[in-house]
Amino acid sequence: MAGQRTTHNRARRRLSRVGLHIFLSVLAFIFAWPLLYALYMSLRRYGDIVANPNGPFSLPSSLSLDNYTFVWNSYPFLGYYWNTAVITIPAVILTLWISSMVAFAVSKYSWRFNLVVLMIFTAGNLLPPQVIIVPLFRLYNLTVGGLPAIPLLSQLSDNGRIYDQFIGLILIHTTFQTGFCTFVLSNYMKTLSKELVEAAMVDGAGVFTIYRKVILPLCQPALAALSTLLFVWIYNDFFWALMLFKSGDKRPITAALNNLSGQFFTDPTVVAAASMMAAVPTVVVYLLLQRYFVSGLTLGSAKG
Amino acid sequence: MSKLEPQALTPAPATVAGAGVARPRKRRRYSLLNRRDKILLTLMVGIPLAIFLVLIWGMTLVSVGLAFTNWDGVQPIQFVGLDNFTQLFTTYPFFWPALSHNVLWLLVFVFFATPMGILLAVCLDRQMRGTSIYQTIFFTPVVLSLALVGFIWELQYSPLAGNGFIDSALVSLGIVSPASAPDWLGDSSINIWAVLIAASWRHIGYIMVLYLAGLKSVDPSLREAAAIDGANERQTFFHVVFPVMAPINVVIVVVTVIESLRAFDIAYIVNHGKNGLELLSTLITNNSISEASLLGFGSAIAVVLLTISLVPIGVYLTRVMRSEES
Repeated sequence: MAGQRTTHNRARRRLSRVGLHIFLSVLAFIFAWPLLYALYMSLRRYGDIVANPNGPFSLPSSLSLDNYTFVWNSYPFLGYYWNTAVITIPAVILTLWISSMVAFAVSKYSWRFNLVVLMIFTAGNLLPPQVIIVPLFRLYNLTVGGLPAIPLLSQLSDNGRIYDQFIGLILIHTTFQTGFCTFVLSNYMKTLSKELVEAAMVDGAGVFTIYRKVILPLCQPALAALSTLLFVWIYNDFFWALMLFKSGDKRPITAALNNLSGQFFTDPTVVAAASMMAAVPTVVVYLLLQRYFVSGLTLGSAKG
Repeated sequence: MSKLEPQALTPAPATVAGAGVARPRKRRRYSLLNRRDKILLTLMVGIPLAIFLVLIWGMTLVSVGLAFTNWDGVQPIQFVGLDNFTQLFTTYPFFWPALSHNVLWLLVFVFFATPMGILLAVCLDRQMRGTSIYQTIFFTPVVLSLALVGFIWELQYSPLAGNGFIDSALVSLGIVSPASAPDWLGDSSINIWAVLIAASWRHIGYIMVLYLAGLKSVDPSLREAAAIDGANERQTFFHVVFPVMAPINVVIVVVTVIESLRAFDIAYIVNHGKNGLELLSTLITNNSISEASLLGFGSAIAVVLLTISLVPIGVYLTRVMRSEES
């Protein structure tokens, strides 16, 4: 009797497992569909779609990379990638450098001050960017005696402002993301053993040496995870680049795609090819560094 | 900035007066810092903090200030009291639609996308074959920018003339006639739903990963105990796992609310946030930057957005504070 019941249960569990697999497979297909379809469209010929009475709901007569060649030749895509790199790489490095410094230094202050600083950063990071965009836009356009109102950057601007300048975008990304990273790194540093730091202090090491030689190496896993995450986030930014850049050619790739919209309203193949080209870097980074990416996300929420 | 004065660094002299005597451990750390160290530490915190305060919180305050003016960026600033808000709440035709779209966004996320992400996390948490493949597929949309999500879904939603997939399929299969094929993004009565599906596509994977990490950290013995007590899987989840996941649940709620308040990119890509896709965020930029220069009026909308945002931010901070204190 009992044996019968366990076989019965096992059969039921297997059945529910099969059901789960079916459920997940169907869902996975639905999830993958928009991207697969975009890939498929990017390889099709526009003429082929127009000629078919079923439009895009049809099998291709041939597939080619022509759309990619077309997009590459008609738009300064290399320039867009370059713009993205010029903004993203410095912003990621600066953010990690600054937030690790703040997280470290803050831990040396009183507990109360430590908490206040972390709250200022964390709360600021949660604000919707649209709340500050109006004054920020004005500030970025503000000049004082022909120089940008934000002083130390005058050499890096070619229009006397920091609006429409890479440095302006690096500045806002770094500032905004520092909020998140400081919070994560500070929590991470709390889990490190205090003995190492104290031993270094007894040996007479200055705070900067301790930060540089003791703390930073120990934080490497967190820094690796955060850099993957930051790369994807900053690469994907649309809002700041759209608002704080005037000229289309200076925009990073995600915002530059906006130049294309409308122009190819009826030709999905070109839009698809351009979208795939914009998607490739983050998807590749994600597939290669999935573990870091996911652990970066969860570092932020685990302690929360 | 007075908080940055080195006094915060130095131990209170009275309590450490007896030098040679065993001092509290915590204070000894500070006494090892020399003057140079203290200055360095102050700069390490002070400079980034000052920049952050000016660029983020300073701009927030300026936004609040501007909301009570009719500044257009050119004329001298004039104080107009609550005029902007009165206009916003009474005569401005797009405010209530925008607010209701944000609320709808939130409701769809809270009642559909977030539970869906949690459900997927629970499904994938079992030791099953193929889990990592599923996870990769569900998570891939999250690494795409929202703007790109907009483009990718436009390929699905475009009208027949734009060679959109859904309409082409519906017409080809004879489900609708070419004349009655819906304009998913152009029809203001349905486009918000179309956009919400695209947004959920990305949000579900995001929540799934956050929740999955939380589930992995749940002590397995809790589940075993529940199983021994004869609880089925559903009971175990709702009565055992879900309650111990409280910290993650708060994060999930905050992320969900913040994401729906930040919604901007997809609506902007589709039609610059108009004709059925008005959102508080797009109203701000359209009024003050992209199309008009009503800085005071746009700021008033920003203040509304800020006020709503302070609720989830407050919840989050209270939680952080409580977990720090414990």
